Amino acid sequence: MTALVLDGVRKVYPSGDDEIVAVHTADLAVGDDEILALVGPSGSGKTTLLSIAGGLLAPTAGAVRVGSTDISGFNQKQLTGFRASSVGFVFQAVNLVPFLTARENLLVVAEMTGQPKGPARRRADQLLDELGLTHRTKNLPAQLSGGERQRVAIGRALMNEPGLVLFDEPTSALDTSLGEQVMGLIRDEVKGRGTAAVIVTHDTRMTEFADRTVSIIDGYLAA
Amino acid sequence: MKIAVLELVRRPGRFVVVGGALTLLTLLLLFLGGLLDGLFLNSTGAIRANDADALVFSDDARQSFLRSTVDDDVRAEILAVDGVGEVGGLGLSLLGVAIPGEREIADGAVAGYELASGALPAPPSPGQAYADRRLEKFGARLGQTVLVGPAEVPLELIGWVEDTNYLLQNGLWVEPDTWRSVQTTNRPDAPVGAGEFQTFIVRSTGTIETDELIARIDSATGRTETLSENDAVFAVPGITEQNATFTAVIGVTIFVTGLVVALFFALLTIERQGLYALLKAIGGSSRTLVAGVVVQSLAVALGAYLLGALLTAGLAQILPPSVPAQFELGRAAITLVAVTAAAVAGGLISFRRITRIDPATAIGAGA
Ligand SMILES: Nc1ncnc2c1ncn2[C@@H]1O[C@H](COP(=O)(O)OP(=O)(O)O)[C@@H](O)[C@H]1O
Ligand SMILES: [Mg+2]
Repeated sequence: MTALVLDGVRKVYPSGDDEIVAVHTADLAVGDDEILALVGPSGSGKTTLLSIAGGLLAPTAGAVRVGSTDISGFNQKQLTGFRASSVGFVFQAVNLVPFLTARENLLVVAEMTGQPKGPARRRADQLLDELGLTHRTKNLPAQLSGGERQRVAIGRALMNEPGLVLFDEPTSALDTSLGEQVMGLIRDEVKGRGTAAVIVTHDTRMTEFADRTVSIIDGYLAA
Repeated sequence: MKIAVLELVRRPGRFVVVGGALTLLTLLLLFLGGLLDGLFLNSTGAIRANDADALVFSDDARQSFLRSTVDDDVRAEILAVDGVGEVGGLGLSLLGVAIPGEREIADGAVAGYELASGALPAPPSPGQAYADRRLEKFGARLGQTVLVGPAEVPLELIGWVEDTNYLLQNGLWVEPDTWRSVQTTNRPDAPVGAGEFQTFIVRSTGTIETDELIARIDSATGRTETLSENDAVFAVPGITEQNATFTAVIGVTIFVTGLVVALFFALLTIERQGLYALLKAIGGSSRTLVAGVVVQSLAVALGAYLLGALLTAGLAQILPPSVPAQFELGRAAITLVAVTAAAVAGGLISFRRITRIDPATAIGAGA
């Protein structure tokens, strides 16, 4: 089984009278428990591709299948439901809710997706434990270090037990050793669960944590 | 919902302005309501105090107590009507009341009556009066003798009654001949003859519709205009206009309350674009997010209502007796419903704005 299939995906942004082709016809398949690194320079279309894969953005053309679900024709409401149940995101800007503690930032997923409270609490505590954040559960994001915030974001992405986790430059704000530490953690978490992951980065040193690397330049994918 | 509550608790500063505005609007609504109720109750108490099914005026009176005269002949004709239970006279004289030790002359409505009711005991002895408790605010005490009108007719206050005023004049309830002498000595130009009243209070036997009772009475006498209690209340000069005016002002204030909440959450939604995009990106629906807004607006409204009610209670303590405001529990309940409903409606207005937020902005791509 494949976790993600992009079939002839194309994304064009309108730009004034002009158009920007962010992703040219892209074909990509990610295996069930595969970690794929997507590498490319800034502006090459990585975030766009990741957004399409996670149902955040609709492609201009082409088909997107996640697990056994073809989300190409989904409307906004269906996409919201799909994101709630099937994917986890780690955003480049980390994007934690500033007035919620580390633990609450995980539980907010359960609240948004309507997961039952008891299991969600147990899951949040377990994730925080795995991510080495047990002593930080009651801290607000402002009280956490950059690496800790990134780990909270990873925990949040795993809260809904997704089959596919998407990371947008998870180490870009971290120095190399901290970056490698976080990548190691990502690998452990993803492999430990047997889920698939796409990790976008423009740092080729991080690709060693992936099973396979695909590069993208000016919207063109190349193996 | 939890995140909405946590934001309220951890970022209370955000809600201070809207909470303050709602508190003041609640104060305004409760005060306006208190004035409306005070004006209404103190203008119509003398009518409502009699447990009347109908009030019989002379047909030339144009529904006014002061222009109306009915006599023993009319009484006999009313008593003969099938369906009539009890009939009792009622007459009102609006006169100044000098209270011992008080420099200000209070306003009084001396009422001559015959029938006891829920609000009124049986008429006292000649020269005695049951006074409306509002007269206490003007310095009156039981056992005192007050002097009524320019002729200074003495009346001894022997007990309090509640909610018996007429046209904001304090009720002084006396037996019929005492009223007649108060009226005739003070207003020799408009004397009341023996057996005369301004209206008759009619209580039905309970086996007949009020409309039917009224029709029978007027056709039996041929010279009366009989009103139901409610119609008599709204025939009091100015009552209808007063009610319409206050209701309009209160309505506008409730609308403004909704508008304030709508505006506040519309601005807050713009401020929260990033947060909402994130919550949508991780699977939150617009409905869930709007529910959070409604929870917040409801919580702010309830808090503001409590504060506003406390302020109103404080204000009620320092109001001078010349302001006839009366704070009723029913009004407080209606205001609570109105304020919370306006807040919920105001919060719901942000639905469209929230729906339009693109979750893709959370990741930094898309629109
Ligand atoms: N919402 C948008 N509107 C217009 N152009 C966009 C938008 N988002 C991205 N782009 C353009 O699409 C291209 C790819 O952007 P992006 O996917 O963010 O690349 P990367 O993540 O690799 O830096 C860039 O040229 C960028 O300017
Ligand atoms: Mg990017």
